[in-house]
Amino acid sequence: MAYDMLLSLLGKALWQTLHMVLVSGIIGSLIGLPIGIFLATSGKGELFEAPQVNRIVGLIVNAARSTPFIILVVAIIPFTRMIAGTSIGTSAAIVPLTIATIPFFARLVEGSIREVDKGLIEAARAMGATPVQIVVKVLLAEARPGLILGLTLTVVSLIGYSAMVGAVGGGGLGDLGIRYGYQRFMPEVMLAVVIVLILLVQAVQSAGDRLARHFDKRTRKN
Amino acid sequence: MNALSPSVDVNATPMVRFEAVGKTFGGTGGHPAFTALTGVDYTVQRGAIAGIIGRSGAGKSTLIRLVNGLEVPSAGKVFVDGVDVAALDAAGLRALRREVGMIFQHFNLLSSRTAFDNVALPLEIAGVGADAIRAKVLPLLDLVGLSDKAGRYPAELSGGQKQRVGIARALATSPKLLLSDEATSALDPETTQSILELLKRINADLGLTVLLITHEMEVVKTVASDVAVIDGGRIVEQGRTFDVFTRPQHETTRSLLSAASGGAKLPEWISADLKPAPQPGDRALVRLVFFGETAFQPLTARLVAEIGPDVNILAGAIDEIAGEPFGSLVVSYPAEPAVLERAARFYAETGLTTEVIGYGV
Repeated sequence: MAYDMLLSLLGKALWQTLHMVLVSGIIGSLIGLPIGIFLATSGKGELFEAPQVNRIVGLIVNAARSTPFIILVVAIIPFTRMIAGTSIGTSAAIVPLTIATIPFFARLVEGSIREVDKGLIEAARAMGATPVQIVVKVLLAEARPGLILGLTLTVVSLIGYSAMVGAVGGGGLGDLGIRYGYQRFMPEVMLAVVIVLILLVQAVQSAGDRLARHFDKRTRKN
Repeated sequence: MNALSPSVDVNATPMVRFEAVGKTFGGTGGHPAFTALTGVDYTVQRGAIAGIIGRSGAGKSTLIRLVNGLEVPSAGKVFVDGVDVAALDAAGLRALRREVGMIFQHFNLLSSRTAFDNVALPLEIAGVGADAIRAKVLPLLDLVGLSDKAGRYPAELSGGQKQRVGIARALATSPKLLLSDEATSALDPETTQSILELLKRINADLGLTVLLITHEMEVVKTVASDVAVIDGGRIVEQGRTFDVFTRPQHETTRSLLSAASGGAKLPEWISADLKPAPQPGDRALVRLVFFGETAFQPLTARLVAEIGPDVNILAGAIDEIAGEPFGSLVVSYPAEPAVLERAARFYAETGLTTEVIGYGV
């Protein structure tokens, strides 16, 4: 394949991947964040005590997380059509990607928040903080490094998931690799796709690590 | 008059009052209930530094948390400055908590905030503007001796410095009462002393009432004007610190006292062999406690003159409790009727407090 042809295919696929990952990452984590906060603060004796609802939300999150992504993509096609107006293409692929992101990120948020020292919640209560103030000023602030790492992990997983949405014509790097590299026996395309994916994941991961380190004041730095 | 807290006014509304307070945890869903406190009547006078001492599990953490509503009593009532804490709604409780500062054993500082921002947190929560926060926080950091550490994160501070930040934070909303939950238990003895000095200074300068719980005798002895001893969820003894510690009435107080450095300590090899009753040829081991007037008399010379030459001094210590001198001496003499009788007469004459520890060789 001509070099400029490969480049243009790669560029287009990379753009589609970024588009899908960014949109579903942003929407999914915006919805996942409050769900994660709720999961972490609504147990018995906690800030927004609602153990029944907590259990139900937890069950739904688990159900969503245990569905293999490729099954989820096909299973929710009617829903996708309702939201995106179509079940084929990049925009349509964003719907299952977002749905998969929500519970994934929510559990990571829950984990990070649960790691915040309970003594800090008590201290904030003793200061006269409202539950919302405790979430914003204490829990989210203290969990920030963990939340950033969780977001990083979510984006990396999304890049992986996005390779599967070729099944519904979502396009992207994974799709390019399957259709050109595998089905048309073009190993150079496959190689290029793999290299671009590696670089992309690497860039996301190290940016996330650096940001998390920047916000992590828990240990002395020299 | 109270040597430590000149501003105590017993006629005013007490700062904290417990009326027959009980607290039971659990007891639902088949789990057995746990009773943390029973029938607690307790008062903290305005301007006092009140100490509550007890072993872990005695109920003191629960007790202090009832004051700012972190726990709700199962029975009885808790009043802060005349206000029934349990009767407050959520907003009223938050307003009360702004008037009651609290410091903690593990400091509970936000790791993501600098010293300055940690002290600013209660003010942010109260909705104070940025300029007013600055005007409040800097003098407070100065008060606790940390003006040069304003931009440091907790991880960059020592334990004592963290607790100083904690104290500044507790003072940010100008409270009238400071609760101290084992605030020095994670600190070394020297740092403990400096933190206690700071608490004393705050109490004297700001007229702030302090209620502290601790398991360390040393803490109560150094700062508290009044003390309550808690055991098994009950207050077993309370009064002025000096009185309680020099004339302990309850078994728990005695064992806390003998576990602490306070008073003379017998070497292990002597105390291990003591018998509760004398056998022929044994010596009586007696602890003499002197304070107030008797602390300044030449007692040892008289002791030998009155009892006889065969008096041994085994251990001795001079100590200070709530600012007053307090000495103790462990002596031994033959456990013979004649000697014991002379000793008893001497003790009665001088008003010495004595305790027979045991008998041995």
